[in-house]
Amino acid sequence: MEYPANDDYNVLGKRLPRKDAVEKVMGAAKYAADYSQPDMLWCKILRSPHVHARILNIDTSRAERLPGVKAIVTGKDFNGWKWGWMPETRDESPLAYEKVRFHYEGVAAVAAVDEETAEAACELIKVDYEELPAVFDPEEAMKEGAPVVQDYRPNNVSVQYNWDFGDVEKAFADSYIVREDRFETGKVVTGFLEPPATVAYWDPSGSITVWAAKQSPYFHFRHLAACFKLPLSKVRVIQPFIGGGFGGTKNDSVAADFCSVLLSKKTGRPVKFIYTQQEVLNTCRRRHNMIIYNKMGMTKDGLLTAVQSRVIANGGAHTAIGPLTMYLTGFATGLPYKLPNYKYDGYRVFTNNPVSAAMRGHGTTHTRFACEVQMEMMAEQLSIDPVEIRMRNAIDNPKRGEIYRTINDVTLKTCGIKEAIQIAAEDRLWAEKNKEPRQVGPISYGVGMSGTSYLGGARQRGHQSCGAIVRVLEDGTVNLLTGATDCGQGSDTVLCMIVAEELGVKYEDVQIKRVDTAYTPVDAGSYGSRVTALAGQATKLAALDAKKQLLEAGAKAWKVKPEDIEIKNSAVFLKDNPEKQISFTKLAQIASYEGSGAVIIGKAYSSYGIEPLDFETGRGSGGISYSFTAQTVRLGVDMETGKTDVTDFFIAHDCGRPLHPVSVESQNEGGAVQGLGQAIYENFVMDKGITRNDSFLDYKMPRITDVPVIRVHDIITDDPDGPYGAKEASEGSHVSTPPAVILALHDATGVWFKEQPVTPEKIWRALKEKSRK
Amino acid sequence: MNDIKLTVNGNEYEISVKPNATLLDVLREDLGLTGTKEGCGNGECGACTVIIDGKTTNSCITLAVEANGKEITTIEGLSQGEKLHPIQEAFVEVGGLQCGFCTPGMILSSKVLLDANPNPTEEQIRKGLEGNFCRCTGYTKIIESVKAAAKK
Repeated sequence: MEYPANDDYNVLGKRLPRKDAVEKVMGAAKYAADYSQPDMLWCKILRSPHVHARILNIDTSRAERLPGVKAIVTGKDFNGWKWGWMPETRDESPLAYEKVRFHYEGVAAVAAVDEETAEAACELIKVDYEELPAVFDPEEAMKEGAPVVQDYRPNNVSVQYNWDFGDVEKAFADSYIVREDRFETGKVVTGFLEPPATVAYWDPSGSITVWAAKQSPYFHFRHLAACFKLPLSKVRVIQPFIGGGFGGTKNDSVAADFCSVLLSKKTGRPVKFIYTQQEVLNTCRRRHNMIIYNKMGMTKDGLLTAVQSRVIANGGAHTAIGPLTMYLTGFATGLPYKLPNYKYDGYRVFTNNPVSAAMRGHGTTHTRFACEVQMEMMAEQLSIDPVEIRMRNAIDNPKRGEIYRTINDVTLKTCGIKEAIQIAAEDRLWAEKNKEPRQVGPISYGVGMSGTSYLGGARQRGHQSCGAIVRVLEDGTVNLLTGATDCGQGSDTVLCMIVAEELGVKYEDVQIKRVDTAYTPVDAGSYGSRVTALAGQATKLAALDAKKQLLEAGAKAWKVKPEDIEIKNSAVFLKDNPEKQISFTKLAQIASYEGSGAVIIGKAYSSYGIEPLDFETGRGSGGISYSFTAQTVRLGVDMETGKTDVTDFFIAHDCGRPLHPVSVESQNEGGAVQGLGQAIYENFVMDKGITRNDSFLDYKMPRITDVPVIRVHDIITDDPDGPYGAKEASEGSHVSTPPAVILALHDATGVWFKEQPVTPEKIWRALKEKSRK
Repeated sequence: MNDIKLTVNGNEYEISVKPNATLLDVLREDLGLTGTKEGCGNGECGACTVIIDGKTTNSCITLAVEANGKEITTIEGLSQGEKLHPIQEAFVEVGGLQCGFCTPGMILSSKVLLDANPNPTEEQIRKGLEGNFCRCTGYTKIIESVKAAAKK
């Protein structure tokens, strides 16, 4: 599917091969673990066997004597430095030094000549602990007298927001029906296949260079400078290819990131680490598990009157990016349906579990799931059809020049939710659901629908913009430099397409390499669906800046005005007289060799997303624009065993305008399948803070045999606050999948499931229960 | 140390390996063939897939000594210079990849599947690739890539 329309783009909207595809299919793309240095040492982390304990003493003497061991560091070597997302919540040290607060938290690190020796040395380090009482359930942790996880929060509440818009009490009193339910989301992880890895080198000049698997290298850049008290100019993070991100771990630093650098400083040699997947599943960031007490009111006609959400999030042992999580969990409840009254009480609670942080669909996935399911429960009470209840409440697409404002000042300039719901309702999956057999043998079939929204161009406090540099070389080829990271989503491809579109050159003539903090512009990072929106705008403006310089040189040579010249398909010609024509290469030569020789460098940074935003009150727009998704799901449930087979997904998705349709589809498909995992398969089995299923075999991400046929339909809304109208793709479909699956399960079984994941065991138990009644 | 002979991508190697060295370690560290990836180290994710005597194998749970005398194909052995194998071409053209970490294993599993069954049904494609995790794509474009490769 290609998208002709307003501007008749030459490059955008085409199904071009990805920029990185050839290297990746050849196995030539190098990831962090593929880098080596001569004389390199290996780093291993010694981890705590306790979930909560005081560290009394660490004796490294035996380990130091092991041949091949070159250096050992412990928590004290970091001199009390701590990091975290906000100044007031910096509560995590590279290695624990007074207390350990979760299972397998790092306590020491070894550098040795090889991995085996480093591992053996870890076993020779003797740590004396005094075990402390621990707490694992966030609601228990909030009770008076519960064990305290972080001393600076004696009530264990790490983050708290209490927002109030309109008058929910009055609205509930005036409602025709009101429902209260408890929902819970699962304990899930991003599930990237490439574990964190780094080669770190502290060189004799006192500069750090790291080749690190980072989704947002500039987070790490700032962490390293702060930890080692170095100027930013002496920290160089070189980004290899990244084997998946999805937020959380790879948008942060891990213990070995800091330890490998310090060990390199101590030994004068490069130090490498690669986490095992077991280390990832036990100790790295995971999604918050949240309990949502949701109260919803409706009129007799099914119009939403109010929502009140009390959310308890299991934060684990440190705060990390938790303040943003709790903001994102609350701020978007007024989307995609009109909501006149809203109250949110969000509590992120410390427990002795591994640390919870961001993951794709950050925040919104919890509350949208609760609201979407509850809305349909109430629609059933009112005998209103699922499509009808959504259409009655859905936000209209604002007219051009108008803004829709939610009750907490989230602002929209485009909204494709109504069109998406209509398209999904007309699609055969929904429209013909009653033509298909409902029951075949023990299999009961069901179809479910959901609607959602997700922010693009996520905003946080502090640095927001993305930058781009477009360098036109004398042969007419182009280098693009940005600080934005392609961790698989395809942004390098989209950004090169933007350069080609604006400069009028071939896509093949534009090259991009990965981030190197010594050369590329500082960037806020690849999270919250911000790269295409913000790095895209910066790239567009930088290309225009370079073009301006080229046209000025051409105008001088041809003795015309710059605006008289057009560049298209690598040809440069006079608008009035297309016969007067030279190649783009020739123009680049003229520009480069003129006078003393010009250097054509276009540069720019993004400007979207500067309106006020207040985490304390919940007012303001968390993104610069919002995608909208309606999704339908068809599945079959074996009523004897509870086993679910999901056969079809249909996703109608408003990403404004797909700039690289292949990537948009693939992002939506991948986001939805990750959401499917969360809905019915994945969950950490936690036993007093210990992760019992710390392998892919036991954790159970969807395999190719588990996933449905997926069809994606693009809805074009051309958002004014996005380059070429583009908004986000994939986080929306990630959020829309769990409620659509769970509503399809209800359609198949008659049971309302309120806790993710809905495993066969839960279905089987619920069906037993139902048959007893 | 054990002396072994491996034929990797048509080249013969005689090397000494530790008895507990995995084939994956030897390929990556001794032969410098880093196209084979380690995702889980437990034979669960398929990122380390190589072809041994025509069969897909998780090289992370195969000892190098077990591969003694065998013929091994890694992702680096598929293309001829810059000329991509038709399966690689199909993955590029359809866009059957995102982060690329599972891609070498996915392509080698596809090769074994298509060598045995040049016109697989969608179900057979799924069966053939069930040992390879992908967390990025949702598999849809991988299935389309294999279908496109079958037509080449």
